[in-house]
Amino acid sequence: MKFSGLILANLLRKKARLVLTVGSFAVALFLFALLGVVSDAFNRGADIVSANRLVTINRTSIINTIPLSYRNEILRIPGVSYVTHDTWFGGVYQDPKNFFPQFVIDPENQRQVFPELIVPDDQWNTFLKDRQGAIVGASTMERFGWKVGDRIPITTTLYGLQDKALEFNIDGVYHGAKPEDDTTQFWLQWEYFKESVPASLQGQVGWYTIRIANPDDAPRIAKSIDNMYLNSPYETRTETESAFAEGWVKQFGNIKFLILSIGTVVFFTLLLVTGNTMAISVRERTNELGVLKAIGFSDRTVLVFILGESMAIALAGCVGLLLALVAIPELSRVMAGLLPPLLVTAKTLAYGVAAALVVGFASGILPAYGAMRMRVVNALRRV
Amino acid sequence: MVQVDGIGAAGSLIQARGLDKTYRRGNEDIDVLQGLNLDVGKGDFVAFMGPSGSGKTTLLNLLGGLDVPTRGTISVAGDEITHMSRGKLTDWRARHVGFIFQMYNLIPVLTAFQNVELPLLLTKLSKAERRRHVETALFIVGLGERMHHYPRQLSGGQEQRVAIARAIVADPTFLLCDEPTGDLDRKSADEVMDLIKRLVAEYGKTVLMVTHDPLVARQANTTLHLDKGVLVEAGARQGAVEAVVRQGAIAGGV
Repeated sequence: MKFSGLILANLLRKKARLVLTVGSFAVALFLFALLGVVSDAFNRGADIVSANRLVTINRTSIINTIPLSYRNEILRIPGVSYVTHDTWFGGVYQDPKNFFPQFVIDPENQRQVFPELIVPDDQWNTFLKDRQGAIVGASTMERFGWKVGDRIPITTTLYGLQDKALEFNIDGVYHGAKPEDDTTQFWLQWEYFKESVPASLQGQVGWYTIRIANPDDAPRIAKSIDNMYLNSPYETRTETESAFAEGWVKQFGNIKFLILSIGTVVFFTLLLVTGNTMAISVRERTNELGVLKAIGFSDRTVLVFILGESMAIALAGCVGLLLALVAIPELSRVMAGLLPPLLVTAKTLAYGVAAALVVGFASGILPAYGAMRMRVVNALRRV
Repeated sequence: MVQVDGIGAAGSLIQARGLDKTYRRGNEDIDVLQGLNLDVGKGDFVAFMGPSGSGKTTLLNLLGGLDVPTRGTISVAGDEITHMSRGKLTDWRARHVGFIFQMYNLIPVLTAFQNVELPLLLTKLSKAERRRHVETALFIVGLGERMHHYPRQLSGGQEQRVAIARAIVADPTFLLCDEPTGDLDRKSADEVMDLIKRLVAEYGKTVLMVTHDPLVARQANTTLHLDKGVLVEAGARQGAVEAVVRQGAIAGGV
């Protein structure tokens, strides 16, 4: 601790340089946190899904529908507890940029299959009785400033509904049991949807979500469902919700690789910039380091000084993580509907601090080693 | 008593025997010091003079443990330093040597107090004890009122006095001064020399000083000339006649 004053004084020697170097760290760490959070958000699907849920879609693709009649047939398979169906509505509120996910749901089984999405009983009962009712996720309610009781027009370009906005009454709000649960969805009644679309679509749904009693039965049940509709006009593909979520993320490309690549480039650049700054800083005070060694500071102490400076810069740069802690929730609020919820977790922050320390160490070690090896008489000759 | 004949006085504080120092420059070996002998007693004040490149600073570096001789031995207060490891030599310097440089070499981002405190950071003294030692050292050099000034806020003479305070604060065995007045005007140089003489006279410090200035050298008890392979003792205060004592074959170079 008695050397900390010396380290601090050296850091403050060139304030503009210090601010710029710490700023580089802060920007890089902010970006690190943002990339980490986005990566988490895209991969969270696989983490938060339930082990006892399966998803059945049209074998061709999720945008192709499957018959509503499958529901009761699937329900008869041993081990299946509940079946619910969803259909993508694909609408916007007032303006195309006001996008958020709307699902036509099966109210009868929704809460049994998705118990983690919590709706107060009184609101749910109101919704069941209201053909034009809607249940909206808390973050979408907040995004648009809606209140329970509001009447909301939603326009979709799908299902031949281009020319008319459907109106919905907000009967309730759902919250997630966990912070990472998606609370951007808008649920509307199957019956209202069915009445509004052409007859050819009235017996078709987007996909089924199936709750099973025992996760160990998942392969058997999935196989049974898909075998049941083999060679039919609507063949199915059934997989665990986890596999479905991973497949969904893959539609966006290899996001993890993309984020890893960007992160690597950012930190490698930061390493070069900080390493160069530290090298210049050491070279500028070669003579002073020679004096310190002359009066008895050991080679190792000099090494620790230089490393201490680079690590201190790295730690100061962690202000970028604090900035992320403040800014990302705000960004998440603004981007609600376009991106899954963005959550800055303790794990992301811890990785950020660790990454900062690694770069701080790596950028300081070569100049520090050079200073350690420097011969006193040579250092004292430098003016 | 300073001797350069290699016989040496019993109980010399600093004893150098057969010192050689050779530098390699490209493919050429440059012999800077050859077979140098020196004995310096406790409380001696020795000035080394000689033309540039005569090896004065090299000799000072060897005696201060900043560099190692190619051959020969150096003992200080009975410690043979020539074969110490780099780490041990560093520890030894911290305990035994106070350095005063021509350009003061203060750390510009530290105050006078913090500069003087530096050698004490290597000791086990408490903060309060360090403060007491630093204040005493700054009081001795007459800068008690300026301890919180930064080097840029001090004159050259004051900076050198801070450097002297830094050199004496840990109470080293001896002081090595490399052109301590080389960058000062006459008045400041006189003040610095008065201070160094006071350290010798009142505090019994042993001082070895390199200088180009005859007026400065004259204030030492003994002046040794290094030139063309000859180490010459000149003007010992006690009136000794200049004696040419061999053993120091000093060649050009560093």
